[in-house]
Amino acid sequence: MSPKPAVRIERLSKSFGAFRAVEDVSFEVHPGEVFGFLGPNGAGKTTTIKILAGLLRPTSGRGEVAGFDVMRETREIKRRIGYMSQLFSLYADLTVEENISFFAGLYGVASERRAARRDWVLSMAGLGEHRRRLTGELSLGWKQRLALGCAVLHEPPILFLDEPTSGVDPISRRNFWDLIYSLADAGTTVFVTTHYMEEAEYCNRLALMNRGRLIALDTPAGLRAAHREPILEGRENRLEMVEPSLEDVFISLVRDAGGARED
Amino acid sequence: MLNVMRLRAVARKEILQIRRDVRSLALAFLLPALLLVLFGYAITWDVRDIRMAVVDMDGSAPSRALRDAFRSSGYFTVVAERERTAEVDGLLDRGSIRIALVIPPDFAEALNGGRAAPVQAIVDGSDANTAGIALAYAQAVVQTTSSRLRLAGAAGWPAASAECRVWYNEQLSSRNMIVPGLIAVIMMIIAAMLTSLTIAREWERGTMEQLAATPVTRAELILGKLLPYLAIGLVDVAVSSILGVLVFGVPFRGNLLLLAGLSVFFLIGALGFGMFISAVTRSQVLATQLAMVATFLPAFLLSGFMFSIDGMPPALRIVTYLIPARYFLVVTRGIFLKGVGVPELYGQGLLMVAFAIAGLALAWKAFRKDLE
Ligand SMILES: Nc1ncnc2c1ncn2[C@@H]1O[C@H](COP(=O)(O)OP(=O)(O)O)[C@@H](O)[C@H]1O
Ligand SMILES: [Mg+2]
Repeated sequence: MSPKPAVRIERLSKSFGAFRAVEDVSFEVHPGEVFGFLGPNGAGKTTTIKILAGLLRPTSGRGEVAGFDVMRETREIKRRIGYMSQLFSLYADLTVEENISFFAGLYGVASERRAARRDWVLSMAGLGEHRRRLTGELSLGWKQRLALGCAVLHEPPILFLDEPTSGVDPISRRNFWDLIYSLADAGTTVFVTTHYMEEAEYCNRLALMNRGRLIALDTPAGLRAAHREPILEGRENRLEMVEPSLEDVFISLVRDAGGARED
Repeated sequence: MLNVMRLRAVARKEILQIRRDVRSLALAFLLPALLLVLFGYAITWDVRDIRMAVVDMDGSAPSRALRDAFRSSGYFTVVAERERTAEVDGLLDRGSIRIALVIPPDFAEALNGGRAAPVQAIVDGSDANTAGIALAYAQAVVQTTSSRLRLAGAAGWPAASAECRVWYNEQLSSRNMIVPGLIAVIMMIIAAMLTSLTIAREWERGTMEQLAATPVTRAELILGKLLPYLAIGLVDVAVSSILGVLVFGVPFRGNLLLLAGLSVFFLIGALGFGMFISAVTRSQVLATQLAMVATFLPAFLLSGFMFSIDGMPPALRIVTYLIPARYFLVVTRGIFLKGVGVPELYGQGLLMVAFAIAGLALAWKAFRKDLE
């Protein structure tokens, strides 16, 4: 289908001491797709993303991001990816604009492109009139759009978003996904984790993690189709195959895989 | 390895954060001046107008000359003259006098005969510090006077005036020694405390993770964070020096550029040390406290600022070699009071460079940008 995967991992594992946070996970992410990464808390999503972003070293297995090795070529990877961590991590005591200039500087955005990129981020995030406000004073929805903006200042081909919409109201979430889609339309590969099932529907493909293992990988439609269940319709006593919701699919998959981790 | 654009971005961000943080601003610009003025006035080794009694059992011209020398020295006020030693005991007991000078009956005879002419000083030892200083002054007065008396020989006794000439610190003002020393001590403390916040803050606020995900390197972060504080440290040294000269009347005899140059290396060392603490603790509160403890007492007590290193027990003396303020103190005192230049401070300069390298190396070692 496509020449080279944006992300490829093979039998990737990560242990913290004796604890196996990620175990033997393999998959590929195609360029330009919106790849959803799902799973209950403690499933190993953040750990996997951090390995891909060059923040953690895998214990074993191999991984490539944009064609670079996650073990040895993290610097090359960091130049080519955008990363938004699970917790808001811009500078609350800097203004919107100052955060943008800071990250533009760190990502080496050429000075002649700076102003254009800054304006693009401000308009994309809808923060034009708040550009001089301290970031800490913004609502969470705005903060997260700004964080997304700062992560794509250097126009990375691959974007990692770790629960970018958690704790945000439904309208802001919807706005955020519009941004994800516009980035994907422009050719960016988006690797995103989420808790929200309606967001999972927006993804091209979904990977489901549980207890550090990959337990399913397919398109939303494919996952639903594979888990059609016979449902007994009430009045006429007929068995019918009904399409379950994605949520039903995930719940039954996680249950089959031994249930979620208890932390 | 070092990208100027990224380095500038880090430095600019750090400056913005300092500007918005009242605590950092106070620490950077208020505290050094405050400490200097506070300690500059509070600490004094001067003792003036020590109340004394004189027991002149000789009653000769030289003995009167010695008594007058004490009078005119400025350090002593003769409040009583007695005939016999026993009579001063009550004065000492009541605290009316701190010291009694006893001139034996054969004082003039011994002097004339070229023999040793001892005089006796009885000191109230209840305040050991003042007692020691009073004794030292008394010795100085007696020594200068007796050498004058000797030189004058038999040609008649000139009115001897006690004049202690102490090199580099003519007024024997301890403030001249204290203020340049204080600048060294204070800068060690302030510099380490300033940077102790920076890396811990990134960890506490979660911004380190975002930094780690960008191409910024460890060297860029360390230097980018260090440069603004180095500028602040140099401003502090300048302000402290100006205060020293204008407020405390300390002479500045040396080269300003030399002081600035050596300060740069000293500050880099101290700032790097603070950063090391910050990176190890990853907690702002813990880091400032640790930076304070690790610099304050050693710089004050073991640098030779308060206590002479020669007077320390050997084990402690060895420890003082590890106290950077010890060397910087020699630099500030030397440049302020003696006006010494590169030839004299060559050794200290090399030690400052070594300290700078050590500070940076420690910060470098402790500061792991990745999250493991
Ligand atoms: N640095 C670490 N040290 C020890 N355990 C960790 C560390 N990071 C994560 N874990 C554990 O690994 C498991 C997976 O965590 P994580 O990847 O954050 O899951 P998710 O993002 O899917 O909620 C959790 O049980 C978590 O407690
Ligand atoms: Mg997570």
